[in-house]
Amino acid sequence: MQWEAVIGLEIHAQLSTKSKIFSGASTAFGAEPNTQACAVDLALPGTLPVFNEEALRNAVKFGLAIDAEIGRTSVFDRKNYFYPDLPKGYQTSQLFHPIVGVGHVDITQDDGTTKRVGVTRAHLEEDAGKSLHDEFPGMTGIDLNRAGTPLLEIVSEPDIRSAKEAVAYARNIHSLVTSLGICDGNMAEGSFRCDCNVSIRPKGQEEFGTRTETKNINSFRFIERAIIGEIERQIDVIEDGGRIVQETRLYDANKNETRSMRSKEEANDYRYFPCPDLLPIVIDEEYIEAVRATLPELPDARKARFIEQHSLSNYDAMVLSADRNLAEYFETVATACTDAKLAANWVMGELSKLLNQNDTAIADSPVSADQLGGLLVRIKDDTISGKIAKQVFEVMWSDGGSADEIIDAKGLKQVTDTGAIEGIVDEVIANADKQVAQYQAAEPDKRGKMLGFFMGQVMKASGGKANPGAVTSILKQKLDALCD
Amino acid sequence: MALDRTDVEKIAHLARLQIDEQDIPQYTETLSDILDLVNQMQAVDTTNIEPMANSLDAVQRLRADVVTETNSRDKLQGVAPAVEAGLFQVPKVIE
Repeated sequence: MQWEAVIGLEIHAQLSTKSKIFSGASTAFGAEPNTQACAVDLALPGTLPVFNEEALRNAVKFGLAIDAEIGRTSVFDRKNYFYPDLPKGYQTSQLFHPIVGVGHVDITQDDGTTKRVGVTRAHLEEDAGKSLHDEFPGMTGIDLNRAGTPLLEIVSEPDIRSAKEAVAYARNIHSLVTSLGICDGNMAEGSFRCDCNVSIRPKGQEEFGTRTETKNINSFRFIERAIIGEIERQIDVIEDGGRIVQETRLYDANKNETRSMRSKEEANDYRYFPCPDLLPIVIDEEYIEAVRATLPELPDARKARFIEQHSLSNYDAMVLSADRNLAEYFETVATACTDAKLAANWVMGELSKLLNQNDTAIADSPVSADQLGGLLVRIKDDTISGKIAKQVFEVMWSDGGSADEIIDAKGLKQVTDTGAIEGIVDEVIANADKQVAQYQAAEPDKRGKMLGFFMGQVMKASGGKANPGAVTSILKQKLDALCD
Repeated sequence: MALDRTDVEKIAHLARLQIDEQDIPQYTETLSDILDLVNQMQAVDTTNIEPMANSLDAVQRLRADVVTETNSRDKLQGVAPAVEAGLFQVPKVIE
């Protein structure tokens, strides 16, 4: 039987506010446990929440970016459940009247076509604290620094049909929230995490199958693997005559499989109701238009501009426009060296390679865009070759300094002085009787290919500094003179 | 609307309340009375009336995004039954 997967994603994006959604405690990552948890976050009796205006503005920005209806009146609800890292006994969330209603994003598929994925809603809620189960025998340690951190939960329609599409959609949302500056997108720190709802049905069937939810996946690779694994598991279960149980599952990256997390008898009964501690949030047209006016250039628009303005290929434009920091870095380099293609190659090549190897974000790159721009200027004006430039770049990465300083200090300036190159060429020819004889014996139209050997020797003798163009013409001239 | 014993046991479990076996009949009765009151209210015709999210006819005031709280861990943990390494300690929970 041909099976079709039906997938919907719930993405939790942590909003980049300085303080929490309902209290004035800091949201900074990595503080000592419980040093950023105040009386409101701890749910001490008598405390009341006060809503953070920046969290609201961030949510509205997102809504406008996905062309969604913005809730003119939105309401916070209580989602009741017991867990020690949720001191109030309920999570303040939005169920009935979310801030962001129906919207959509367009994803680019492998064959280059575009597919529209619906966004059902996006709502504001608070994060819970963290439980540490393994450090104390018989006890669980609770850190409430994260409790009350603002989240935007973005819920997609079940429009996604494959793991690849799911990743494309998640990347698209990631690119949007980071470009909007409303989320730092740091997946390792949990600022952007994803729950995947997956079901399967016989191809052609209208009705949905029973779905499972795999929670808290924090990398794009794991999203893809978890979905592929879950689809295979469901097919196996059904083809073996079993039934899919609606349940919450956990992805285990080490074993690359999902496993059941919550059994059915503990099915949740959240008893949502409007939070009496918070009043409805009412926003008007004027507010929405004021937020709209602050929207930065979004990835799709930026991609189109890169193709138009910098003549980049579709692929280069897509890669460079997806991340706001990367896009800004690229444009600074391109402006400095006045060659967008050269800038694109270096940013996507040497720079990305070292960033990946060192697991460094573009924002933390040890080589600034100005430094790289300065280096590419020296390739453009023939001060150094592309090959030497890579050496300079590595020094720049590890020791810092401008291209000019490194070129000077290491004596890497390209030799364009014809006299000096001629000297080296003469020496190479004098020490290569065998190759010279072969060159002489070869048909004139085959000789061009044989220059490679001599080229290599000259470049080696010059420490890579000889200008390749000058070397080629001098070599050719001197060798051809020997053939007459 | 009458609740039965199982409903009361379920509500108590959801609220993590331990109730005495002997008190269950009384809870069943008083909770049923509350629901009867709600049913009486349901009889009122509310067509064309916008539901309210809050009994106060007011709008949420917003707070500027500024950190106003400082570290008060020592004070706040002073009332906790068990603390270690800056963490609140609770009986082990694993889902």
